Amino acid sequence: MFYRISGQFKTDYRSDHALFRVRQDAVLMGIILLFAWVIFPFTANEFVFQALLIPVLIYSLAALGLNILTGYAGQLSLGTGAFMGVGAYACYKLVTIFPEMNLLVAIGLSGFFAAAVGVAFGLPSLRIKGFYLAIATLAAQFFLVWLFEKWAWLYNYNASGAIQVPTIDMFGIRVAGPTASSFVQYYFVLFVVTIMTIFAINITRGHIGRTWKAVRDMDIAAELVGINLLRSKLIAFAVSSYIVGVSGALFVFLWRGAAEPNLFDIPLSFRVLFIAIIGGLGSILGNYLGAILIVALPVILNILPEMVGLEINAAVVEHLNIMIIGALIIAVLIIEPHGLARFWAIIREKLIMWPFPH
Amino acid sequence: MEFLNNVFVAPFQDMAAAPDFFMQVVWEGLVSGVLYALIALGFVLIYKSSRIFNFAQGIMVVFAALTLVGLHEMGVPALLAVPLTLGVMFLLAVAIERVVLRPLVNQPDIILFMATIGITLFLIGFGEMIFGGENKVMITEQLGIPTGSFEFEPFGGFLLIEQKDLTAVVGAGVLVLVLLLFLNRSKMGRAIRALGDDHQAALSVGISLSTIWVLVWFIAGIIALATGIVWGARAGVSFALEVIAYKALPVLMLGGLESVTGAIVGGLAIGVLEKLFEIYWGQPLLGGNTETWFAFVFALIVLLFRPQGLFGEKIIERV
Repeated sequence: MFYRISGQFKTDYRSDHALFRVRQDAVLMGIILLFAWVIFPFTANEFVFQALLIPVLIYSLAALGLNILTGYAGQLSLGTGAFMGVGAYACYKLVTIFPEMNLLVAIGLSGFFAAAVGVAFGLPSLRIKGFYLAIATLAAQFFLVWLFEKWAWLYNYNASGAIQVPTIDMFGIRVAGPTASSFVQYYFVLFVVTIMTIFAINITRGHIGRTWKAVRDMDIAAELVGINLLRSKLIAFAVSSYIVGVSGALFVFLWRGAAEPNLFDIPLSFRVLFIAIIGGLGSILGNYLGAILIVALPVILNILPEMVGLEINAAVVEHLNIMIIGALIIAVLIIEPHGLARFWAIIREKLIMWPFPH
Repeated sequence: MEFLNNVFVAPFQDMAAAPDFFMQVVWEGLVSGVLYALIALGFVLIYKSSRIFNFAQGIMVVFAALTLVGLHEMGVPALLAVPLTLGVMFLLAVAIERVVLRPLVNQPDIILFMATIGITLFLIGFGEMIFGGENKVMITEQLGIPTGSFEFEPFGGFLLIEQKDLTAVVGAGVLVLVLLLFLNRSKMGRAIRALGDDHQAALSVGISLSTIWVLVWFIAGIIALATGIVWGARAGVSFALEVIAYKALPVLMLGGLESVTGAIVGGLAIGVLEKLFEIYWGQPLLGGNTETWFAFVFALIVLLFRPQGLFGEKIIERV
């Protein structure tokens, strides 16, 4: 009733490939953007900013990066955490070497370092495929985290071995550091995430995105129809690592405030991988749905027992958390292996039919 | 020039100067290599029979060891705790087959892989909730494993071999032998291999998929328990052990995902090489702790030359 596609005619190929093929999609997008840009930031309190809004955005950006590589180009990666680390450390070095550099520029540039490292570890993907490729990304994961710990230049030789975000002002407003307000940080993150998402949507539905999908579905066949595998795979690694690196820089500078090398260890990689898989491989929307689920679930599980008056100690809650996330992953995979994004597709189908059953 | 000397000459001079120490390092490497090989073996078995890349194998090791120690703490005698733990592993195998694998038959590899990561998380949470997260001591003596040590004096030096390590090596050897006999000689073993070759053909001649899967996961559970006992005797039992699960991945890749021989050779090679690299190159030149990544980088370099691993089946791609 509300979601009618009848009466919206397409008269040329251009409108057939439009971003919003149905008017209601554009309206829905507008509502989502309205919530993200206006309603959430003006109603949220400090806790909601720090525990939900900012991490959801950052994790979904990281998952978006991974999804481009794994979901669109079909190259399994287990090293996302380390690539986030490259972005974070690169940004830290840029900011401490050039203190007057605009943070937005620094974060944008730090992505390029991650992209370079990503391409270097992506080179073996031309020879090694499938699960065997996971080893290349795992090598990146363990080697880079080791490097963050041993290469003292990266953390400016400080005694703690951790990087501490300095206080950074942008156009007279404090954006990073311990005294920055969550409100400003939220808008900063939201701005970067919005730009990156627009970029990702357009690159995946254009020429490059189509070559990625061909490579994912069968790389030999793709090569036979004239797709340059080397170029296609390396672009996928570069774009993916760039986005992941930017999300890593945001992760440390706009959310955590400080980072030790082991923050970027393999649990972070898996967390991002869960988000991408639960959300749906090969979809942009899925990353946000997955991130909302994975970030919000522990928060809800922590609050829930108090709300119903149950007293459970913190350690048990934490173990329950891990168990529930594990069970949830299995459940989502069994119910809908294509992730939450597919649920939205099904709901959309139903909405078009509604109120008629067929 | 000095750099080249440090990389290419000095380590070998050190090795030649102290052959007893060199042998000790190799022995330590071999023992951890045996453990890597055992974990990798569990992986290979499951991969061969179902094409599932079982990430949970490492956590099954911890879970089995924790169950054994936990049961003993509850007052069950050690020798009774072992069969009870095996019972738990069997129930686990049945549960995994029923709840996780059966609904996911015929899904793409990555989905099944993710499901095993889900199992891993579930077992971590479950195990910690029941047995607690702190480090526990493996009941080595109660199980009748000797704890003394032999001392040798080769080349006028000193070499220490702990009896529990020796027991581990011998035990692992026996386990592998029994497993190979089972796979190659018994009817069940042939069924497992048939299923690995072609699911549908195996089904059509009357091999039960679910029975074999339970069986394979149970065997992987037995291997996990053996690994857990051995590793626990060396390092204590806690979820910190899961790092060895990651170590098994390069071993698998190096040996080839389908090959039992590959898992053993790969495990031993990586165990020895990473110890040697750490002692002679890592600590003097790179600041140590290189064991975290050496295995992965080494496997990656080998894979560049042999993409299917040393003993893997040749990958033939058709359009």
